[in-house]
Amino acid sequence: MQFKDRKRRAIAQWEATQSSPVPRILIGMGTCGIAAGAGDILETLNQELEKAGIQAEIIQVGCIGLCYAEPLLEVSKPGRPSVFYGHLQPELIPEIVRDYLVGDNPRPDLALGTRGEGNIEGIPMLFDLPVLKPQVRIALRNCGNIDPSEIHHYIANGGYDGLSRALKMKPQEVIDEVKKSGLRGRGGAGFTTGVKWQFCHDAPGKTKYIICNADEGDPGAFMDRALLEGDPHAVLEGLLIGAYAIGASEGYIYIRAEYPLAIRRLKVALQQMQECGLLGKGIMGSGFNFHIKIKEGAGAFVCGEETAMIASIEGNRGMPRPRPPFPAQSGLWGKPTNINNVETWANVSAILQRGAGWYASYGTEKSKGTKTFSLVGKVERTGLIEVPMGITLREIIYGIGGGIAEGKGFKAIQTGGPSGGCLPASLLDTPVEYESLAAAGAIMGSGGMVVMDESTCMVDVARYFLTFTQAESCGKCIMCRLGTKQMLDILEDITSGRGKDGDIELLLELGEAVKDGSLCALGGTAPNPVLTTIRYFRDEYEAHISERRCPASFCKALLTYRIDPEKCKGCGICARACPAAAIQGGKREVHVIDQSKCTRCGTCLNVCPPKFGAVVVTSGEPATVS
Amino acid sequence: MGISRPVKAPEIVREQKEILLSQVNEALESYRGERSELIPVLQEVQQRLGYLPEVGLKQIARYLDVPESTVFGIATFYAQFKLVPTGRNIIRVCRGTGCYVRGATSILEALEGELGIKAGETTPDLEYTLETVACFGSCALAPVVVVNDRVYGRMTTEKAKKILARKEET
Repeated sequence: MQFKDRKRRAIAQWEATQSSPVPRILIGMGTCGIAAGAGDILETLNQELEKAGIQAEIIQVGCIGLCYAEPLLEVSKPGRPSVFYGHLQPELIPEIVRDYLVGDNPRPDLALGTRGEGNIEGIPMLFDLPVLKPQVRIALRNCGNIDPSEIHHYIANGGYDGLSRALKMKPQEVIDEVKKSGLRGRGGAGFTTGVKWQFCHDAPGKTKYIICNADEGDPGAFMDRALLEGDPHAVLEGLLIGAYAIGASEGYIYIRAEYPLAIRRLKVALQQMQECGLLGKGIMGSGFNFHIKIKEGAGAFVCGEETAMIASIEGNRGMPRPRPPFPAQSGLWGKPTNINNVETWANVSAILQRGAGWYASYGTEKSKGTKTFSLVGKVERTGLIEVPMGITLREIIYGIGGGIAEGKGFKAIQTGGPSGGCLPASLLDTPVEYESLAAAGAIMGSGGMVVMDESTCMVDVARYFLTFTQAESCGKCIMCRLGTKQMLDILEDITSGRGKDGDIELLLELGEAVKDGSLCALGGTAPNPVLTTIRYFRDEYEAHISERRCPASFCKALLTYRIDPEKCKGCGICARACPAAAIQGGKREVHVIDQSKCTRCGTCLNVCPPKFGAVVVTSGEPATVS
Repeated sequence: MGISRPVKAPEIVREQKEILLSQVNEALESYRGERSELIPVLQEVQQRLGYLPEVGLKQIARYLDVPESTVFGIATFYAQFKLVPTGRNIIRVCRGTGCYVRGATSILEALEGELGIKAGETTPDLEYTLETVACFGSCALAPVVVVNDRVYGRMTTEKAKKILARKEET
């Protein structure tokens, strides 16, 4: 069957389900949705529908990004907009089935918003909510709307139109189109995608390879997982377009083994592409041949680096090598190779579908288009977001994210994972662009965005990231292997009350040396979390070192637990719960913590009845024994 | 990677060795014996046996015609590979940034206390292995704990203990 016939059929099928008299129920079944309990919701829903004798079409979709409200359902009845229900519990399902599927009450009290034409009284439009209004969904265009295991859903929504268009162009024209769009690599470094392709296209040699980097290793980042789970074809279509442009006939997807659902979705997608003539020989009736293999990573963060990834695919230890030669000249098995990350590929398919001019109309002069972020940490509304470049950090945190969770104060925002930096409140108006984030000391990164509040200790954050990079250093470069270890030792000393004068200066000096002395970006950026926290939160370092005080009351070694004699009622709960037997006091007598025995585990604080609130934590003050 | 604590591989008697060897050979059947297959082969053998026994590593080296040292080098480079058997239940605590900020450390400490082992160790009855993972990518539901293949989000120390209790019952 020709592509245009297949497309016509896909659209007819899609429209038939949209206008079907049977209600449709979409349920978010990404890893996050399942973790939040979507599996139980689905089971209850099936039972309740059967009990009520209601016929409905249930479609399992990927992440729509409203992770804070998971599990989520979207209920669509013919002739009216669909209704989103969030924060679901299995107990609520019988109510929704009874009231809105059997009856006609859409339950505005449970609904988040509506989608589609028309209004339902008492329920806002979903995309008018502060969480979605500033967002522009290009890479995530289909996530949460289509069944990711159904290629025809993708085709009916413009899918593979980009490939169809590319195959009618010359490879150089495709590269020019991507250059014109201004797209830059979304994996973190931000190199212009079209230029990167040009290098590989121009490199001599008949055999070339193309790789999709799905080794999303930054802790605190899950954009690529959600994209692969929710819309694998958007990525695969981009990969095919890139392969055609540079002249590759073989491609690899390097994906971390920690993402089993994404791997399953990819396998299904590849199978369907094969069946539809979108893989193999003579794709879409052209002379373009292409095959894709999936390579599962084996748990090494450094393999996100291009040359390490190539080594790993070849079956070796994932250790980076010096560049040049760049992979575009000599990559996988010594052949010219082009690597882009998942989100970049999903943008490529959108650019070829809708045109470079359309894409470049979003964003700023030097940073075009949109960027996905996983907005997590101490923010009210966590989720997967996609925003136009140029939006400020403030708009993201306070607009989309709804501010800081539990009413606490903002302290820092961390972007770029272990390679990035922590920015303070004074920089909240920084626009999200490659250059301005770099100037502030952070980086765009792959898209992790972690919000920290006043209870987060910035010295411990630096220690946390160094623990990660120090363990993940492959060991090839001495400064990365040993320098990060020295930095970690110093940070551990500071957070455990053994900091010395001169430690801050030594960290700064070591940080610069590690940056200069490392081959790849892992070592080259590992000191960033330390350097930016010193730059913006130096007072916290100083308090730890000279006052033995943790301003966030987080670092255990610097805390003192004591019992307020005015408030203690002598109930004895804390004394019984204390695992170190450090609390003394008889019945109805004021209790006292023996500081020499206290392990600062915090149990007494947790068990002291809130109506007494007698356990007090302080940092930096000597314990006063009453 | 990371600093792995010294672990002792279990003593195996000859009969067990032969059983292991035949399982390894079965896993090898679908591979052509090319050097680039080394990591997928190790993944498949570990999937079948739960870990990579010494006899298995030696057999893989012979089959792919690479030095045993290379196979050992790869098996110890990547965090996924285990050279000692793990417990029947694997509890993995996420230490990603999202989880860290939302209290993963205290969840890990609670589980360590409850199981009487440290992260990276297995209970003597081989019932539980406790591990930490860099990030599961379920950060929006932080903190996250994964028991076998089931992901539990929005964890508290109390909920973590309850999961263990539920496992004990079944």
